[in-house]
Amino acid sequence: MAFITANWNPLGEAFYRKTELYEMCWSLKDGLRDSLVAAAPYGGPIGITRTRTHVKKTHMSRCVSDFALSPPAAVLREPLRRSPSSRPQLEIFSSSGVSIASFPWKSGPVVQLGWTVSDELLCIQEDGSVLIYDLFGSFKRHFSMGQEVVQSQVLEAKVFHSPYGTGVAIVTGSAKFTLATNIDDLKLRRLPEVPGLQGKPSCWLVLSQDRQTKVLLANGPDLFILDNTSCTAVCPPGLSPQAGSIVHMSVSFSYKYLALFTDTGHLWTGTANLQKKLSDVETKRSTKPKQMVWCRRPQSQQPSVVLMWDRLLLVAGVCNDTIQFPIEDLCVLVGELDGVRIISSTNQELLQEVPLVCQDIFKIASMAPGALLLEAHREYEKSSQKADEYLREIKEQSMLGEAVRQCVEAAGHEYDPSTQKSLMRAASFGKCFLTDFSPDAFVTTCRELRVLNAVRDAAVGLPLTHTQFKQMTVQVLIDRLVYRQFYPLAIEVCRYLKIPDYQGVSRVLKHWASCKVQQKDLSDEAIARAVCVKVGDSPGVSYSHIAAKAYECGRPELAIKLLDSEARSGEQVPLLLKMKRSQLALSKAVESGDTDLVYTVVSYLKNEMNRGDFFMTLRNQPVALSLYRQFCKLQEQETLKDLYNQDDDHQELANYYVTASYREKRLESRLSLLQSAVDEYNKAKNEFAAKATEEEMRLLRFQRKLDDEKGAGLLGLSLQATMEALLALGLHKQAEQLYRDFRVPDKRYWWLKLKSLAEKEEWDELEKFAKSKKSPIGYLAFVEVCMKSNNKYEAKKYVSRVTPEQKVKAHLAIGDLEGAADAAIERRNESEMGAVLSRCAASDRLLIEKLNRAAAAKK
Amino acid sequence: MAAHLSYGRVNLNILREAARKELREFLDKCAGSKAIVWDEYLTGPFGLIAQYSLLKEHEVEKMFTLKSGRLPSADVKNIIFFVRPRLELMDIIAENVFSEDKMHTPRDFHILFVPRRSMLCEQRLKEQGVLASFINIDEYILDLIPYDGDLLSMEYESAFRECYLENDQTSLYHTAKGLMTLQALYGTIPQIYGKGDCARHVSNMMLRMKREFAGSQNQILPVFDTLLLLDRNVDLLTPLATQLTYEGLIDEIYGINNGYVKLPPEKFAQKKQGEASKDLPTEPKKLQLNSAEELYAEIRDKNFNAVGAALSKKAKIISAAFEERHNAKTVGEIKQFVSQLPHMQAARSSLANHTSIAELIKDITTSEAFFDNLTVEQEFMTGVDTDKVNTYIEDCIAQKDPLIKILRLVCMQSVCNNGLKQKVFDYYKREILQTYGYEHILTLNNLEKSGLLRPQTGSRNNYPTIRKTLKLWMEDANEQNPNDISYVYSGYAPLSIRLTQVLARPGWRSIEEVLKMLPGPHFEERQQLPSGLHKKRQQGENRTTLVFFLGGVTYAEIAALRFLSQMEDSGMEYIIATTKLINGTTWIKSLMDRPESQTP
Repeated sequence: MAFITANWNPLGEAFYRKTELYEMCWSLKDGLRDSLVAAAPYGGPIGITRTRTHVKKTHMSRCVSDFALSPPAAVLREPLRRSPSSRPQLEIFSSSGVSIASFPWKSGPVVQLGWTVSDELLCIQEDGSVLIYDLFGSFKRHFSMGQEVVQSQVLEAKVFHSPYGTGVAIVTGSAKFTLATNIDDLKLRRLPEVPGLQGKPSCWLVLSQDRQTKVLLANGPDLFILDNTSCTAVCPPGLSPQAGSIVHMSVSFSYKYLALFTDTGHLWTGTANLQKKLSDVETKRSTKPKQMVWCRRPQSQQPSVVLMWDRLLLVAGVCNDTIQFPIEDLCVLVGELDGVRIISSTNQELLQEVPLVCQDIFKIASMAPGALLLEAHREYEKSSQKADEYLREIKEQSMLGEAVRQCVEAAGHEYDPSTQKSLMRAASFGKCFLTDFSPDAFVTTCRELRVLNAVRDAAVGLPLTHTQFKQMTVQVLIDRLVYRQFYPLAIEVCRYLKIPDYQGVSRVLKHWASCKVQQKDLSDEAIARAVCVKVGDSPGVSYSHIAAKAYECGRPELAIKLLDSEARSGEQVPLLLKMKRSQLALSKAVESGDTDLVYTVVSYLKNEMNRGDFFMTLRNQPVALSLYRQFCKLQEQETLKDLYNQDDDHQELANYYVTASYREKRLESRLSLLQSAVDEYNKAKNEFAAKATEEEMRLLRFQRKLDDEKGAGLLGLSLQATMEALLALGLHKQAEQLYRDFRVPDKRYWWLKLKSLAEKEEWDELEKFAKSKKSPIGYLAFVEVCMKSNNKYEAKKYVSRVTPEQKVKAHLAIGDLEGAADAAIERRNESEMGAVLSRCAASDRLLIEKLNRAAAAKK
Repeated sequence: MAAHLSYGRVNLNILREAARKELREFLDKCAGSKAIVWDEYLTGPFGLIAQYSLLKEHEVEKMFTLKSGRLPSADVKNIIFFVRPRLELMDIIAENVFSEDKMHTPRDFHILFVPRRSMLCEQRLKEQGVLASFINIDEYILDLIPYDGDLLSMEYESAFRECYLENDQTSLYHTAKGLMTLQALYGTIPQIYGKGDCARHVSNMMLRMKREFAGSQNQILPVFDTLLLLDRNVDLLTPLATQLTYEGLIDEIYGINNGYVKLPPEKFAQKKQGEASKDLPTEPKKLQLNSAEELYAEIRDKNFNAVGAALSKKAKIISAAFEERHNAKTVGEIKQFVSQLPHMQAARSSLANHTSIAELIKDITTSEAFFDNLTVEQEFMTGVDTDKVNTYIEDCIAQKDPLIKILRLVCMQSVCNNGLKQKVFDYYKREILQTYGYEHILTLNNLEKSGLLRPQTGSRNNYPTIRKTLKLWMEDANEQNPNDISYVYSGYAPLSIRLTQVLARPGWRSIEEVLKMLPGPHFEERQQLPSGLHKKRQQGENRTTLVFFLGGVTYAEIAALRFLSQMEDSGMEYIIATTKLINGTTWIKSLMDRPESQTP
């Protein structure tokens, strides 16, 4: 513990430390010499290829973009010329040097390797084509940086990252720059020419600023910015012309800071927009560094630039102070968010500024609360009463909370598990003396550290710092684990961090299953079983997604098997359609209950099949059939008819003809449609409907005839309305005829005639009619209808003929209270007496008495 | 403004807020000023979710009704179509888009499908060549709309027709989806009961969807204990009967649409002093009816015969409250009185409104025609002479009373007789065709298909058994101080509600026989709750049941359920959901087919 500061080196006011991450598992024959190396940040994979066959030309990029690494420049001095027949090997390693893939490079000479944000390897070839491989070395796709490049050849290339994704920039033999900001949405941009530039510039890099991607390049002492439209000469503030030619440049992780190195050994640092100078450092080294990388961390005390020469690593702080580390072997520097990883052929180290909180705790003789707490805990473990003294001291300053926080935070920054532990124990110890202290930070840090320690393991090889982990988020970490096929670990992490299944375990299983179905050595049966056992009904795992993968790999049978396990019928449908299993798709759509989906499949089938097959298919799916009928009702009346026809659904067919008949203007066509309806109703054994429709036809013909003869305007009226109209026109005979022909019930006809005569005030006719035979509707109706026409005189005529039960009502209707009273009394009906009473005014005193007496008598 | 939604046992305002949030999110997706083009059918339901003010806050400057031709000019950046996914509407939209003035600065088009987007419609837009003109095509999942503190409706008008006539189960899919949304907000409902084919289908879909979304389910303590799904065709009788509650009668006579009723204006003329009521308003008076209005909440579920007494009691209380001012002596008392004034004035105007409405209704309920009609209905319900041609119906046809009234009565007779004798059946049909026109053969056919009007088939009439077992007819219904749900129809206890009541106590096992006589299967399902979400019930705490009526529910049935909720010893609170709020008239109307005649 006492030696924690042993590897600390002061730089200005801050300290820098180098922590060993791994002893590399690889055994590279020639070290990193003569190789193209690309190592991705965030502990990403490393891609290496020997540069034997194509190093005839002297062009390896010298400056390091922030993300991908260029090969060591050493290659340039001793180009190995072997026979072109020996192919170089492309190798992919994990960060810890575990081999992931290795295969002979069969394509053209590679100029540059680089990794995309999603861990895909880009191999940029001399002819401008870019080949994309996945982590396991399988070829994904390729694209070209332009046809003209085939001639002029790529001299140098860079892979860079911006908010738009991963980009590629090249400079060609004819000194032209081309760049693509996002390789997933390829748009090539040719940048304007640089005046006076022959061949490649002495150094260059890609800047991503204000949503614009530009190239910064140096040609001797001159510095230019190339954007879409123009080439502008720029001058960094405070860089004297005597400083010499710029031979190397580097921009920071965030594109915020820039470092320029000149051939006089002068190092200029400033902001990347060239507005402000930070510092000038004289390195007193005129040779060009092999690599130059910014070393910063968020909230950096002392940002610096790390330069590497053959046997020396120089950390040049912005404060003009420097640290020198001798190195024995050729190394590769990888810029990270919060430091620089140094990869050599034997080991890997992390160089970073010591975080402030670690300084506070571990600095010799520090009196920071965290330091005191750590000390207190140490004494406590020794059962020494000093523990109490230290604790008291912290408490007196009421800094215990702060002390705990410091310990927790520092633990996060430490790489060594035993240091982490002692810090966490101290924090836990301190926490005991606090009452309302939120344990969240402590618990979270504990969990995250366990996860980080697990993924840092050499077998996994993701040397993430806590800061990087926070930046990349746990979701991305899980994705990366999944991508590297560490499925069990990923699942453990999800479970341990209690990530909801949806974003956690399920997602891992989904990837696992998608990978599993690609295993060629297993039978469909075995894979389906394995997948179903593992995945079970884990929430959020889409079997159709897995099945789609299987189908893509040319295993339709497996796809079908997997689809069976899909709970969401709806999800299965698109794939089934794609696989031309339309019948199955239809039944799955029906099963889902989603009618829109059924419609979709139906309309698909309609286009795919001939009509006969289509109808047959529908016939087996009643739900789909009725939906299609609905659709036809609204959209394709003719098809509807065919559907009914094929199903021998005579009833519906008849209804269809009836509906159709109303759309016809001409009577003849209307009648012929109705005749069809009658035929169909007969076939459907719907005697009633057939007869009714025949009646309708008869009525129509009758109406047409009278319309022609008398201009009666009857067509389209109902039978009742027709008779009504006839009576109104005085065509009694014709009305009678209809009454008889259509066997209209007497009651209805009497009502009709009664009302019609009253309306026309043909009172004699009415009386005659009343006497023609016994009224089927009684005579109260006569009384009431007459009263409606305000003819009391006529109404009275019928009162005597009203049945006894309705007498009271009839008398009341004509306003004859006395008659009503008599009738009620005669019938000894209490409620009728009540009804009469309620109509009596106060002046009808005699009548009221009479009624009351009668009522009393009854009681 | 929607506070009344949160007063009930279940805070339905959560649902409304969720819907509003989604609406705001969509509107914000279309940056800049906007005009909304409405599918007219949607404006009513949307009014219950968001007023114009909300839309205005999100830069909605104009609103139009969707119609063919050119869109009205509006200086806005976005045009948003709010439509149901129907093909005929797509054609209109396409026409709108095509006739857009190319000279003007182009406007951005968006579509919001309610309640769900449809591939079929998008396909149609594609065929019309306008699909690419739309920047956003989205769906607004509005399945269940909160109508009141205990009432949800989908306002899916054609649900019954589609399910029972056309075998189109789209509405059931939406129902299942809506229930899933509800469960996402209020927790998984542990018990599901159901009766009927549609209920079975919905329940199956729900269970399937639950499996599909397993794991994403939220950890919410279940608010509902039970879900009861009831097919409308299990109880075809109830909606046919004339509702006799206050709210039921308002709906029967004037029709309540999306919580609003339009009334004849005469009774509501403002009588200002000195001014003769010379200019009577001609616009119908539009009133919103919900439990936010204290008085309405009090009287709406009463039998109409008890409303008069309630109103006069209220009148006395209010005038007594106004009299208080004479007793107010100190400044403090006066201040207190003044502070209550707005509330009292609102109460007074509410009282005036309802007194007017009650008078309007009373004119109708005391008429002979109403009485005769009711008498016949009650005869049918008690099983009197249901196997003969009914004289009253005959007379009504002869008088050419409205066809829907006739159909309601005839269907009722058929339902109460388990189908009509062939002779009676044919007689009625013939009378209807001859009187109202032969085109109604299609409507009659529909009624027959949906089981409302049918000939008797071999089996015996089991309606009397059902009536007796379930006590559907109560001789001495107490309208003033009811002790049984039968008060809502002055004697008839709605079958659907009896089933609900029996389910709660003593359980359906006691009526297996009757359940078998009613159409469709009855079933029970359980949904597993995540451990830790099992409710620890307090002593005496009521259970909550969500009753979902597939195919519609009437206000009288709702009143009966509210009555059950309030009964002290029931131990059950009911929340009501439905595909559509219906009454006999709107229901029959939805089943009618009217071919458009070309001949004049």
